[in-house]
Amino acid sequence: MPDNKRVATLNLQRRNTRYFFLFISPWLVGFVVFVLGPMLSSIYLSFTKYSISDPPRWVGLDNYDVIFKGWEPSFYNSVEVTIVYSLLAVPLGILIALLAALLLNVEQIKGMSYYRTVFFLPSLLPAVATTITWAFVFNPKYGYLNAVYSALVDGDGPDWLMEHTLGCLVMIAIWGFGNTMMIFLAGLQDVPKSLLEAATVDGANIWQRFVHVTIPAIFPVIFFNLVVGVIGSFQVFTQAFVLRDIGTGQINQKAVFFYVLNIYENAFQNGRFGLACALAWILMMAILSLTLVQFYLKKRWAPDDE
Amino acid sequence: MNNNQLFRLAIYVLLFVGCALMFLPVLAMISTALKSMPEVYAPEPTLIPESFHFENFYKALFDSAASYRPFNFLPALKNTVGVTLLNIIGNLVSCSVVAWGFARYPCRWNKPLFIVMLSAMMLPAIILSIPTFVLFVKYFGWYDTLYPLWVPSFFATHAFFIFLLHGFFKAIPESLIEAARIDGCSEIGIFSRVAVPLSKPALMVVAVFTFIWTWNDFFTPLLYLEDESKFTFAIALQKFVRGSQGSIFGRQWNLLMAANIVVTIPIVALFFAAQRYFVEGISLTGVKQ
Repeated sequence: MPDNKRVATLNLQRRNTRYFFLFISPWLVGFVVFVLGPMLSSIYLSFTKYSISDPPRWVGLDNYDVIFKGWEPSFYNSVEVTIVYSLLAVPLGILIALLAALLLNVEQIKGMSYYRTVFFLPSLLPAVATTITWAFVFNPKYGYLNAVYSALVDGDGPDWLMEHTLGCLVMIAIWGFGNTMMIFLAGLQDVPKSLLEAATVDGANIWQRFVHVTIPAIFPVIFFNLVVGVIGSFQVFTQAFVLRDIGTGQINQKAVFFYVLNIYENAFQNGRFGLACALAWILMMAILSLTLVQFYLKKRWAPDDE
Repeated sequence: MNNNQLFRLAIYVLLFVGCALMFLPVLAMISTALKSMPEVYAPEPTLIPESFHFENFYKALFDSAASYRPFNFLPALKNTVGVTLLNIIGNLVSCSVVAWGFARYPCRWNKPLFIVMLSAMMLPAIILSIPTFVLFVKYFGWYDTLYPLWVPSFFATHAFFIFLLHGFFKAIPESLIEAARIDGCSEIGIFSRVAVPLSKPALMVVAVFTFIWTWNDFFTPLLYLEDESKFTFAIALQKFVRGSQGSIFGRQWNLLMAANIVVTIPIVALFFAAQRYFVEGISLTGVKQ
Protein backbone atom coordinates (compact mmCIF):
# COMPACT_ATOMS: atom_id res chain seq x y z
CA MET A 1 0.00 0.00 0.00
CA PRO A 2 2.58 2.65 0.97
CA ASP A 3 4.45 1.71 -2.18
CA ASN A 4 1.40 2.49 -4.28
CA LYS A 5 1.07 5.80 -2.52
CA ARG A 6 4.65 6.72 -3.24
CA VAL A 7 4.20 5.79 -6.89
CA ALA A 8 1.10 7.99 -7.00
CA THR A 9 2.94 11.01 -5.55
CA LEU A 10 5.82 10.43 -7.92
CA ASN A 11 3.41 10.29 -10.82
CA LEU A 12 1.75 13.48 -9.65
CA GLN A 13 5.10 15.22 -9.40
CA ARG A 14 6.10 14.04 -12.84
CA ARG A 15 2.77 15.13 -14.26
CA ASN A 16 3.05 18.55 -12.63
CA THR A 17 6.56 19.10 -13.96
CA ARG A 18 5.52 18.03 -17.44
CA TYR A 19 2.48 20.30 -17.59
CA PHE A 20 4.35 23.14 -15.92
CA PHE A 21 6.91 23.22 -18.69
CA LEU A 22 4.27 22.67 -21.36
CA PHE A 23 2.27 25.70 -20.20
CA ILE A 24 5.20 28.04 -19.60
CA SER A 25 6.96 27.09 -22.85
CA PRO A 26 5.95 30.31 -24.68
CA TRP A 27 7.56 32.32 -21.91
CA LEU A 28 10.69 30.12 -21.85
CA VAL A 29 11.22 30.70 -25.57
CA GLY A 30 10.37 34.40 -25.26
CA PHE A 31 12.63 34.85 -22.27
CA VAL A 32 15.64 33.28 -23.96
CA VAL A 33 15.11 35.05 -27.30
CA PHE A 34 13.85 38.48 -26.18
CA VAL A 35 15.33 38.95 -22.70
CA LEU A 36 18.25 36.70 -21.72
CA GLY A 37 19.89 36.60 -25.15
CA PRO A 38 19.67 40.36 -25.74
CA MET A 39 20.84 41.08 -22.20
CA LEU A 40 23.96 38.95 -22.50
CA SER A 41 24.76 40.20 -25.98
CA SER A 42 24.34 43.80 -24.88
CA ILE A 43 26.93 43.24 -22.12
CA TYR A 44 29.24 41.73 -24.72
CA LEU A 45 28.55 44.49 -27.28
CA SER A 46 29.34 47.16 -24.69
CA PHE A 47 32.98 45.96 -24.85
CA THR A 48 33.11 46.15 -28.64
CA LYS A 49 33.04 48.55 -31.54
CA TYR A 50 30.02 47.52 -33.56
CA SER A 51 28.12 49.13 -36.40
CA ILE A 52 25.77 46.26 -37.37
CA SER A 53 27.24 46.01 -40.90
CA ASP A 54 30.71 44.88 -39.78
CA PRO A 55 31.27 42.17 -37.16
CA PRO A 56 31.85 43.48 -33.61
CA ARG A 57 35.49 44.18 -32.72
CA TRP A 58 36.60 43.69 -29.10
CA VAL A 59 37.91 46.93 -27.56
CA GLY A 60 37.83 46.07 -23.88
CA LEU A 61 36.87 48.94 -21.63
CA ASP A 62 37.40 51.59 -24.34
CA ASN A 63 33.72 52.51 -24.63
CA TYR A 64 33.42 53.15 -20.90
CA ASP A 65 36.69 55.05 -20.96
CA VAL A 66 35.47 57.26 -23.81
CA ILE A 67 32.22 57.94 -21.97
CA PHE A 68 33.62 58.80 -18.56
CA LYS A 69 36.50 60.87 -19.91
CA GLY A 70 33.92 63.02 -21.65
CA TRP A 71 35.01 62.18 -25.20
CA GLU A 72 31.45 61.17 -25.96
CA PRO A 73 30.39 64.80 -26.24
CA SER A 74 26.83 64.56 -24.95
CA PHE A 75 27.23 62.20 -22.00
CA TYR A 76 27.67 64.67 -19.14
CA ASN A 77 25.10 67.06 -20.57
CA SER A 78 22.51 64.30 -20.91
CA VAL A 79 23.23 63.05 -17.39
CA GLU A 80 22.74 66.55 -16.03
CA VAL A 81 19.50 67.10 -17.97
CA THR A 82 18.11 63.76 -16.81
CA ILE A 83 19.06 64.25 -13.15
CA VAL A 84 17.74 67.82 -12.95
CA TYR A 85 14.50 66.73 -14.60
CA SER A 86 14.21 63.78 -12.24
CA LEU A 87 14.81 65.95 -9.17
CA LEU A 88 12.03 68.30 -10.28
CA ALA A 89 9.50 65.93 -11.80
CA VAL A 90 9.50 63.07 -9.30
CA PRO A 91 8.93 64.92 -5.99
CA LEU A 92 6.57 67.45 -7.56
CA GLY A 93 4.67 64.71 -9.37
CA ILE A 94 4.27 62.65 -6.21
CA LEU A 95 3.23 65.64 -4.11
CA ILE A 96 0.62 66.85 -6.59
CA ALA A 97 -0.66 63.32 -7.25
CA LEU A 98 -1.07 62.78 -3.50
CA LEU A 99 -2.86 66.10 -3.03
CA ALA A 100 -5.18 65.29 -5.95
CA ALA A 101 -5.85 61.82 -4.57
CA LEU A 102 -6.74 63.32 -1.17
CA LEU A 103 -9.07 65.75 -2.90
CA LEU A 104 -10.70 62.97 -4.93
CA ASN A 105 -11.09 60.82 -1.83
CA VAL A 106 -13.37 63.27 0.03
CA GLU A 107 -16.61 61.50 0.79
CA GLN A 108 -20.13 62.43 -0.25
CA ILE A 109 -19.25 64.73 -3.13
CA LYS A 110 -21.67 64.74 -6.03
CA GLY A 111 -20.27 63.57 -9.37
CA MET A 112 -16.96 62.43 -7.89
CA SER A 113 -16.50 59.72 -10.55
CA TYR A 114 -16.57 62.43 -13.22
CA TYR A 115 -13.91 64.47 -11.46
CA ARG A 116 -11.77 61.35 -11.11
CA THR A 117 -12.12 60.67 -14.83
CA VAL A 118 -10.99 64.17 -15.80
CA PHE A 119 -7.93 63.93 -13.53
CA PHE A 120 -7.01 60.44 -14.69
CA LEU A 121 -7.70 60.41 -18.42
CA PRO A 122 -4.76 62.60 -19.63
CA SER A 123 -2.28 59.95 -18.48
CA LEU A 124 -3.73 57.46 -20.97
CA LEU A 125 -3.63 59.67 -24.05
CA PRO A 126 -0.97 59.07 -26.73
CA ALA A 127 2.23 60.87 -25.66
CA VAL A 128 2.98 62.04 -29.19
CA ALA A 129 -0.42 63.75 -29.51
CA THR A 130 -0.34 65.37 -26.07
CA THR A 131 3.24 66.59 -26.48
CA ILE A 132 2.38 68.25 -29.80
CA THR A 133 -0.60 69.91 -28.15
CA TRP A 134 1.52 71.17 -25.27
CA ALA A 135 4.11 72.52 -27.71
CA PHE A 136 1.39 74.73 -29.14
CA VAL A 137 0.18 75.76 -25.69
CA PHE A 138 3.78 76.81 -24.89
CA ASN A 139 4.21 78.73 -28.18
CA PRO A 140 5.45 82.20 -27.17
CA LYS A 141 3.44 84.16 -29.75
CA TYR A 142 0.27 82.19 -30.40
CA GLY A 143 0.07 79.83 -27.45
CA TYR A 144 -2.44 79.70 -24.62
CA LEU A 145 0.03 79.87 -21.76
CA ASN A 146 1.25 83.31 -22.70
CA ALA A 147 -2.31 84.48 -23.34
CA VAL A 148 -3.01 83.63 -19.70
CA TYR A 149 0.32 85.16 -18.70
CA SER A 150 -0.35 88.53 -20.33
CA ALA A 151 -3.85 88.55 -18.87
CA LEU A 152 -2.45 88.12 -15.35
CA VAL A 153 0.86 89.97 -15.65
CA ASP A 154 1.27 92.99 -17.86
CA GLY A 155 3.62 92.39 -20.77
CA ASP A 156 4.69 89.52 -23.01
CA GLY A 157 5.34 86.13 -21.52
CA PRO A 158 8.65 84.28 -21.82
CA ASP A 159 9.62 81.91 -24.60
CA TRP A 160 8.83 78.85 -22.52
CA LEU A 161 10.32 76.12 -24.70
CA MET A 162 13.53 78.11 -25.19
CA GLU A 163 14.07 79.47 -21.70
CA HIS A 164 12.30 76.96 -19.47
CA THR A 165 12.63 73.77 -21.49
CA LEU A 166 12.84 71.39 -18.56
CA GLY A 167 10.03 73.25 -16.82
CA CYS A 168 7.82 72.54 -19.84
CA LEU A 169 8.67 68.85 -19.70
CA VAL A 170 8.00 68.73 -15.96
CA MET A 171 4.63 70.37 -16.58
CA ILE A 172 3.72 67.78 -19.23
CA ALA A 173 4.77 65.02 -16.84
CA ILE A 174 2.72 66.42 -13.96
CA TRP A 175 -0.30 66.76 -16.21
CA GLY A 176 -0.02 63.01 -16.87
CA PHE A 177 0.07 62.11 -13.16
CA GLY A 178 -3.12 60.01 -13.41
CA ASN A 179 -1.41 56.68 -12.87
CA THR A 180 0.37 57.76 -9.70
CA MET A 181 -2.81 59.40 -8.46
CA MET A 182 -4.91 56.26 -8.97
CA ILE A 183 -2.39 54.20 -7.01
CA PHE A 184 -2.56 56.75 -4.19
CA LEU A 185 -6.35 56.69 -4.35
CA ALA A 186 -6.37 52.89 -4.03
CA GLY A 187 -4.00 53.23 -1.08
CA LEU A 188 -6.12 55.89 0.61
CA GLN A 189 -9.20 53.72 0.32
CA ASP A 190 -7.39 50.99 2.22
CA VAL A 191 -6.63 53.24 5.20
CA PRO A 192 -8.71 51.71 8.01
CA LYS A 193 -11.68 53.97 8.78
CA SER A 194 -11.71 52.81 12.39
CA LEU A 195 -8.22 54.25 12.87
CA LEU A 196 -9.25 57.66 11.54
CA GLU A 197 -12.37 57.65 13.68
CA ALA A 198 -10.40 56.69 16.77
CA ALA A 199 -8.04 59.59 16.12
CA THR A 200 -11.01 61.97 15.76
CA VAL A 201 -12.42 60.75 19.06
CA ASP A 202 -9.03 61.40 20.66
CA GLY A 203 -9.31 65.00 19.48
CA ALA A 204 -6.93 64.94 16.51
CA ASN A 205 -7.63 67.61 13.89
CA ILE A 206 -7.57 67.02 10.15
CA TRP A 207 -3.84 67.80 9.81
CA GLN A 208 -2.88 65.57 12.75
CA ARG A 209 -4.98 62.75 11.33
CA PHE A 210 -3.20 63.19 7.99
CA VAL A 211 0.31 63.20 9.45
CA HIS A 212 -0.14 60.52 12.12
CA VAL A 213 -2.66 58.15 10.56
CA THR A 214 -2.90 58.55 6.79
CA ILE A 215 0.79 59.06 5.94
CA PRO A 216 2.05 56.03 7.92
CA ALA A 217 -0.77 53.92 6.50
CA ILE A 218 0.04 54.78 2.89
CA PHE A 219 3.82 54.87 3.36
CA PRO A 220 4.36 51.71 1.23
CA VAL A 221 2.33 53.30 -1.57
CA ILE A 222 4.38 56.51 -1.43
CA PHE A 223 7.52 54.43 -1.54
CA PHE A 224 6.25 52.41 -4.51
CA ASN A 225 5.40 55.58 -6.45
CA LEU A 226 8.81 57.03 -5.62
CA VAL A 227 10.72 53.99 -6.89
CA VAL A 228 8.60 53.70 -10.04
CA GLY A 229 8.77 57.46 -10.57
CA VAL A 230 12.58 57.57 -10.42
CA ILE A 231 12.90 54.62 -12.80
CA GLY A 232 10.46 56.27 -15.21
CA SER A 233 12.06 59.70 -15.06
CA PHE A 234 15.43 58.23 -16.02
CA GLN A 235 13.89 56.83 -19.20
CA VAL A 236 12.04 59.85 -20.62
CA PHE A 237 12.13 59.61 -24.38
CA THR A 238 8.98 60.27 -26.39
CA GLN A 239 8.18 63.74 -24.99
CA ALA A 240 11.77 64.91 -25.45
CA PHE A 241 11.99 63.43 -28.94
CA VAL A 242 8.76 65.04 -30.13
CA LEU A 243 9.49 68.42 -28.54
CA ARG A 244 12.94 68.45 -30.13
CA ASP A 245 11.35 67.68 -33.46
CA ILE A 246 8.91 70.58 -33.20
CA GLY A 247 11.60 72.85 -34.52
CA THR A 248 15.05 74.26 -34.37
CA GLY A 249 15.10 77.79 -33.08
CA GLN A 250 11.93 77.18 -31.07
CA ILE A 251 13.36 74.96 -28.40
CA ASN A 252 16.57 74.67 -26.41
CA GLN A 253 18.03 71.55 -28.06
CA LYS A 254 20.61 70.94 -25.36
CA ALA A 255 18.05 71.03 -22.57
CA VAL A 256 15.91 68.26 -24.09
CA PHE A 257 18.83 65.97 -24.75
CA PHE A 258 17.86 63.28 -22.26
CA TYR A 259 20.00 60.27 -21.51
CA VAL A 260 17.91 57.78 -23.47
CA LEU A 261 17.79 60.18 -26.40
CA ASN A 262 21.58 60.12 -26.41
CA ILE A 263 21.58 56.30 -26.44
CA TYR A 264 19.07 56.33 -29.29
CA GLU A 265 21.15 58.76 -31.37
CA ASN A 266 24.39 56.87 -30.80
CA ALA A 267 22.89 53.52 -31.77
CA PHE A 268 20.21 54.14 -34.33
CA GLN A 269 21.38 57.37 -35.95
CA ASN A 270 25.15 57.04 -35.84
CA GLY A 271 25.53 53.26 -35.80
CA ARG A 272 27.67 53.20 -32.64
CA PHE A 273 25.98 50.14 -31.17
CA GLY A 274 28.83 49.19 -28.85
CA LEU A 275 29.06 52.63 -27.29
CA ALA A 276 25.26 52.79 -26.99
CA CYS A 277 25.22 49.45 -25.14
CA ALA A 278 27.82 50.77 -22.71
CA LEU A 279 25.67 53.87 -22.14
CA ALA A 280 22.62 51.64 -21.58
CA TRP A 281 24.45 49.56 -18.99
CA ILE A 282 25.58 52.66 -17.15
CA LEU A 283 21.91 53.67 -17.01
CA MET A 284 20.94 50.20 -15.80
CA MET A 285 23.53 50.36 -13.02
CA ALA A 286 22.41 53.86 -12.03
CA ILE A 287 18.77 52.76 -11.82
CA LEU A 288 19.65 49.59 -9.94
CA SER A 289 21.82 51.33 -7.36
CA LEU A 290 19.33 54.15 -6.84
CA THR A 291 16.56 51.61 -6.29
CA LEU A 292 18.71 49.72 -3.79
CA VAL A 293 19.53 52.98 -1.97
CA GLN A 294 15.82 53.76 -1.75
CA PHE A 295 15.07 50.33 -0.29
CA TYR A 296 17.89 50.80 2.21
CA LEU A 297 16.58 54.22 3.27
CA LYS A 298 13.08 52.80 3.54
CA LYS A 299 14.34 50.19 5.96
CA ARG A 300 16.03 52.86 8.08
CA TRP A 301 13.32 55.47 8.06
CA ALA A 302 10.09 53.60 7.63
CA PRO A 303 7.63 53.98 10.50
CA ASP A 304 8.17 50.88 12.64
CA ASP A 305 4.78 49.32 12.76
CA GLU A 306 5.85 45.79 12.05
CA MET B 1 -22.30 78.90 6.96
CA ASN B 2 -20.79 76.41 9.35
CA ASN B 3 -17.34 74.86 9.14
CA ASN B 4 -18.46 71.74 7.35
CA GLN B 5 -20.26 73.66 4.61
CA LEU B 6 -17.25 75.91 4.14
CA PHE B 7 -15.05 72.82 3.82
CA ARG B 8 -17.34 71.32 1.16
CA LEU B 9 -17.42 74.57 -0.76
CA ALA B 10 -13.61 74.70 -0.76
CA ILE B 11 -13.49 71.10 -2.03
CA TYR B 12 -15.87 71.91 -4.89
CA VAL B 13 -13.83 74.98 -5.84
CA LEU B 14 -10.59 72.96 -5.83
CA LEU B 15 -12.19 70.19 -7.87
CA PHE B 16 -13.46 72.68 -10.39
CA VAL B 17 -10.13 74.48 -10.74
CA GLY B 18 -8.28 71.15 -11.00
CA CYS B 19 -10.59 69.91 -13.72
CA ALA B 20 -10.22 73.18 -15.64
CA LEU B 21 -6.42 72.90 -15.52
CA MET B 22 -6.48 69.26 -16.58
CA PHE B 23 -8.92 69.92 -19.37
CA LEU B 24 -7.29 73.06 -20.75
CA PRO B 25 -4.79 71.36 -23.11
CA VAL B 26 -7.54 69.11 -24.45
CA LEU B 27 -9.71 72.13 -25.05
CA ALA B 28 -6.79 73.87 -26.78
CA MET B 29 -6.42 70.82 -29.03
CA ILE B 30 -10.11 70.75 -30.00
CA SER B 31 -10.37 74.50 -30.44
CA THR B 32 -7.24 74.83 -32.57
CA ALA B 33 -8.32 71.91 -34.76
CA LEU B 34 -11.44 73.85 -35.72
CA LYS B 35 -9.82 77.21 -36.43
CA SER B 36 -8.82 78.74 -39.74
CA MET B 37 -5.13 79.44 -40.27
CA PRO B 38 -5.41 83.24 -39.73
CA GLU B 39 -7.15 82.54 -36.45
CA VAL B 40 -4.53 80.02 -35.33
CA TYR B 41 -1.93 82.72 -35.86
CA ALA B 42 -3.93 85.49 -34.19
CA PRO B 43 -1.98 87.09 -31.33
CA GLU B 44 -4.66 86.34 -28.71
CA PRO B 45 -5.73 82.69 -28.88
CA THR B 46 -9.38 82.08 -28.04
CA LEU B 47 -10.88 78.93 -26.57
CA ILE B 48 -13.92 79.07 -28.85
CA PRO B 49 -13.20 79.56 -32.56
CA GLU B 50 -14.87 82.45 -34.39
CA SER B 51 -16.04 80.06 -37.06
CA PHE B 52 -15.89 76.28 -37.05
CA HIS B 53 -13.79 74.74 -39.81
CA PHE B 54 -14.72 71.08 -39.76
CA GLU B 55 -13.11 70.72 -43.18
CA ASN B 56 -9.76 70.75 -41.33
CA PHE B 57 -10.39 67.10 -40.51
CA TYR B 58 -10.94 66.24 -44.15
CA LYS B 59 -7.83 68.21 -45.12
CA ALA B 60 -5.66 66.58 -42.48
CA LEU B 61 -6.80 63.04 -43.15
CA PHE B 62 -7.51 62.84 -46.86
CA ASP B 63 -6.29 65.89 -48.76
CA SER B 64 -2.67 65.14 -49.58
CA ALA B 65 -2.23 68.51 -51.29
CA ALA B 66 -3.10 70.42 -48.10
CA SER B 67 0.28 69.82 -46.49
CA TYR B 68 3.87 69.40 -47.45
CA ARG B 69 3.64 65.71 -46.58
CA PRO B 70 0.28 64.02 -45.96
CA PHE B 71 -0.70 62.37 -42.68
CA ASN B 72 -1.32 59.04 -44.42
CA PHE B 73 -4.42 58.36 -42.39
CA LEU B 74 -5.81 55.19 -43.98
CA PRO B 75 -2.60 53.10 -44.05
CA ALA B 76 -1.76 54.22 -40.50
CA LEU B 77 -5.27 53.30 -39.33
CA LYS B 78 -4.97 49.86 -40.89
CA ASN B 79 -1.50 49.25 -39.42
CA THR B 80 -2.34 50.53 -35.95
CA VAL B 81 -5.56 48.54 -35.67
CA GLY B 82 -3.87 45.42 -37.04
CA VAL B 83 -0.86 45.62 -34.73
CA THR B 84 -3.07 46.43 -31.74
CA LEU B 85 -5.38 43.46 -32.37
CA LEU B 86 -2.47 41.08 -32.86
CA ASN B 87 -0.89 42.28 -29.61
CA ILE B 88 -4.15 41.78 -27.74
CA ILE B 89 -4.52 38.24 -29.08
CA GLY B 90 -0.85 37.50 -28.44
CA ASN B 91 -0.84 38.77 -24.87
CA LEU B 92 -4.17 37.14 -23.99
CA VAL B 93 -3.16 33.72 -25.28
CA SER B 94 0.50 33.59 -24.26
CA CYS B 95 0.28 35.35 -20.88
CA SER B 96 -2.75 33.38 -19.72
CA VAL B 97 -1.25 30.01 -20.70
CA VAL B 98 2.01 30.84 -18.94
CA ALA B 99 0.27 32.25 -15.88
CA TRP B 100 -1.75 29.03 -15.63
CA GLY B 101 1.42 26.98 -15.67
CA PHE B 102 2.91 29.05 -12.85
CA ALA B 103 -0.31 29.11 -10.85
CA ARG B 104 -1.35 25.48 -10.99
CA TYR B 105 1.59 23.13 -11.43
CA PRO B 106 3.85 23.26 -8.37
CA CYS B 107 7.25 21.70 -8.93
CA ARG B 108 10.77 22.59 -7.93
CA TRP B 109 11.30 24.77 -11.01
CA ASN B 110 8.19 26.81 -10.43
CA LYS B 111 9.27 29.34 -7.84
CA PRO B 112 12.78 30.11 -9.13
CA LEU B 113 11.53 30.67 -12.66
CA PHE B 114 8.67 32.84 -11.39
CA ILE B 115 11.20 35.09 -9.64
CA VAL B 116 13.32 35.22 -12.81
CA MET B 117 10.23 36.22 -14.78
CA LEU B 118 9.30 39.00 -12.36
CA SER B 119 12.81 40.41 -12.11
CA ALA B 120 12.92 40.80 -15.89
CA MET B 121 10.31 43.55 -15.40
CA MET B 122 13.00 45.71 -13.83
CA LEU B 123 15.17 45.89 -16.96
CA PRO B 124 15.02 49.25 -18.73
CA ALA B 125 13.56 48.79 -22.21
CA ILE B 126 16.50 50.55 -23.86
CA ILE B 127 18.98 47.87 -22.72
CA LEU B 128 17.15 45.15 -24.58
CA SER B 129 16.17 47.30 -27.54
CA ILE B 130 19.67 47.51 -29.07
CA PRO B 131 20.50 43.79 -29.28
CA THR B 132 16.89 43.00 -30.15
CA PHE B 133 17.20 45.45 -33.03
CA VAL B 134 20.30 43.62 -34.25
CA LEU B 135 18.49 40.29 -33.96
CA PHE B 136 15.38 41.43 -35.82
CA VAL B 137 17.11 43.44 -38.50
CA LYS B 138 20.24 41.46 -39.20
CA TYR B 139 19.14 37.90 -38.54
CA PHE B 140 15.38 37.96 -39.20
CA GLY B 141 15.40 40.64 -41.92
CA TRP B 142 12.51 42.45 -40.25
CA TYR B 143 13.55 46.06 -40.89
CA ASP B 144 10.66 48.12 -42.22
CA THR B 145 8.13 45.39 -41.48
CA LEU B 146 5.45 45.25 -38.80
CA TYR B 147 6.70 41.95 -37.31
CA PRO B 148 8.83 43.51 -34.54
CA LEU B 149 5.71 45.31 -33.34
CA TRP B 150 3.65 42.21 -32.63
CA VAL B 151 5.53 38.90 -32.81
CA PRO B 152 7.09 39.24 -29.30
CA SER B 153 3.64 39.52 -27.73
CA PHE B 154 3.00 35.86 -28.62
CA PHE B 155 5.88 34.84 -26.36
CA ALA B 156 4.58 36.21 -23.06
CA THR B 157 6.98 39.15 -22.96
CA HIS B 158 4.77 41.19 -20.59
CA ALA B 159 5.64 39.90 -17.15
CA PHE B 160 3.15 42.25 -15.51
CA PHE B 161 0.24 40.54 -17.25
CA ILE B 162 1.50 37.09 -16.26
CA PHE B 163 1.75 38.30 -12.68
CA LEU B 164 -1.78 39.71 -12.76
CA LEU B 165 -3.35 36.57 -14.26
CA HIS B 166 -1.28 34.35 -11.95
CA GLY B 167 -2.95 35.97 -8.95
CA PHE B 168 -6.35 35.46 -10.51
CA PHE B 169 -5.78 31.81 -11.41
CA LYS B 170 -4.45 31.01 -7.94
CA ALA B 171 -7.78 32.12 -6.49
CA ILE B 172 -9.79 29.52 -8.45
CA PRO B 173 -10.83 26.84 -5.93
CA GLU B 174 -8.98 23.53 -6.23
CA SER B 175 -12.25 21.61 -5.82
CA LEU B 176 -13.56 23.03 -9.09
CA ILE B 177 -10.50 21.82 -10.95
CA GLU B 178 -10.59 18.39 -9.28
CA ALA B 179 -14.24 18.06 -10.27
CA ALA B 180 -13.41 18.80 -13.89
CA ARG B 181 -10.51 16.33 -13.76
CA ILE B 182 -12.78 13.59 -12.38
CA ASP B 183 -15.27 14.32 -15.14
CA GLY B 184 -12.51 13.38 -17.56
CA CYS B 185 -11.48 16.86 -18.60
CA SER B 186 -7.94 17.06 -19.97
CA GLU B 187 -5.42 19.49 -18.43
CA ILE B 188 -5.70 21.77 -21.44
CA GLY B 189 -9.48 21.45 -21.27
CA ILE B 190 -9.43 22.52 -17.60
CA PHE B 191 -7.50 25.62 -18.59
CA SER B 192 -9.58 26.56 -21.61
CA ARG B 193 -13.03 25.53 -20.38
CA VAL B 194 -12.83 26.14 -16.62
CA ALA B 195 -10.13 28.74 -15.92
CA VAL B 196 -10.51 31.07 -18.90
CA PRO B 197 -14.28 31.62 -18.61
CA LEU B 198 -13.87 32.30 -14.86
CA SER B 199 -11.17 34.90 -15.45
CA LYS B 200 -12.89 37.23 -17.86
CA PRO B 201 -12.35 40.39 -15.75
CA ALA B 202 -8.60 39.80 -15.49
CA LEU B 203 -8.38 39.01 -19.20
CA MET B 204 -10.23 42.25 -19.91
CA VAL B 205 -7.63 44.17 -17.90
CA VAL B 206 -4.91 42.57 -20.05
CA ALA B 207 -6.75 43.38 -23.28
CA VAL B 208 -7.48 46.97 -22.34
CA PHE B 209 -3.92 47.78 -21.24
CA THR B 210 -2.45 46.06 -24.27
CA PHE B 211 -4.70 48.21 -26.45
CA ILE B 212 -3.50 51.45 -24.85
CA TRP B 213 0.19 50.55 -24.73
CA THR B 214 0.30 49.32 -28.32
CA TRP B 215 -1.78 52.18 -29.70
CA ASN B 216 0.39 54.77 -27.95
CA ASP B 217 3.75 53.07 -28.45
CA PHE B 218 6.21 55.35 -30.18
CA PHE B 219 9.61 53.80 -29.54
CA THR B 220 9.28 50.45 -31.34
CA PRO B 221 7.76 51.83 -34.57
CA LEU B 222 10.38 54.60 -34.52
CA LEU B 223 13.16 52.01 -34.54
CA TYR B 224 11.81 49.72 -37.21
CA LEU B 225 9.56 51.57 -39.65
CA GLU B 226 10.93 53.49 -42.58
CA ASP B 227 8.31 53.51 -45.32
CA GLU B 228 5.24 55.67 -44.83
CA SER B 229 2.89 52.87 -45.85
CA LYS B 230 4.04 50.91 -42.77
CA PHE B 231 3.56 53.69 -40.23
CA THR B 232 1.39 53.35 -37.15
CA PHE B 233 -0.45 56.40 -35.80
CA ALA B 234 2.18 57.41 -33.24
CA ILE B 235 4.94 57.61 -35.83
CA ALA B 236 2.69 59.07 -38.55
CA LEU B 237 1.76 61.88 -36.16
CA GLN B 238 5.39 62.62 -35.34
CA LYS B 239 6.25 62.79 -39.05
CA PHE B 240 3.23 64.99 -39.64
CA VAL B 241 4.79 67.59 -37.33
CA ARG B 242 7.13 68.31 -40.23
CA GLY B 243 4.60 67.37 -42.88
CA SER B 244 2.13 69.99 -41.70
CA GLN B 245 4.35 72.80 -42.95
CA GLY B 246 3.46 74.19 -46.33
CA SER B 247 1.25 77.19 -45.77
CA ILE B 248 2.23 80.84 -45.98
CA PHE B 249 1.70 81.18 -42.23
CA GLY B 250 3.98 78.35 -41.21
CA ARG B 251 3.06 75.12 -39.47
CA GLN B 252 -0.60 74.23 -39.90
CA TRP B 253 -1.36 73.67 -36.25
CA ASN B 254 -5.06 73.24 -37.03
CA LEU B 255 -4.44 70.21 -39.27
CA LEU B 256 -1.93 68.83 -36.79
CA MET B 257 -4.47 69.12 -33.97
CA ALA B 258 -7.16 67.51 -36.13
CA ALA B 259 -4.84 64.53 -36.65
CA ASN B 260 -4.11 64.53 -32.89
CA ILE B 261 -7.82 64.28 -32.13
CA VAL B 262 -8.37 61.41 -34.53
CA VAL B 263 -5.52 59.42 -32.95
CA THR B 264 -6.73 60.21 -29.42
CA ILE B 265 -10.47 59.53 -29.77
CA PRO B 266 -10.24 55.69 -29.80
CA ILE B 267 -8.35 55.80 -26.49
CA VAL B 268 -11.00 58.03 -24.91
CA ALA B 269 -13.77 55.80 -26.25
CA LEU B 270 -12.05 52.70 -24.91
CA PHE B 271 -11.64 54.34 -21.53
CA PHE B 272 -15.32 55.12 -21.20
CA ALA B 273 -16.33 51.68 -22.45
CA ALA B 274 -14.03 49.83 -20.07
CA GLN B 275 -13.51 52.26 -17.20
CA ARG B 276 -13.68 49.75 -14.39
CA TYR B 277 -10.94 47.56 -15.86
CA PHE B 278 -8.55 50.50 -15.85
CA VAL B 279 -9.22 51.20 -12.22
CA GLU B 280 -8.82 47.51 -11.33
CA GLY B 281 -5.60 47.14 -13.27
CA ILE B 282 -3.94 50.22 -11.82
CA SER B 283 -5.02 49.47 -8.27
CA LEU B 284 -3.38 46.07 -8.68
CA THR B 285 -0.03 47.59 -9.68
CA GLY B 286 0.09 49.50 -6.42
CA VAL B 287 -1.02 46.62 -4.25
CA LYS B 288 1.57 44.19 -5.51
CA GLN B 289 4.42 45.78 -3.58
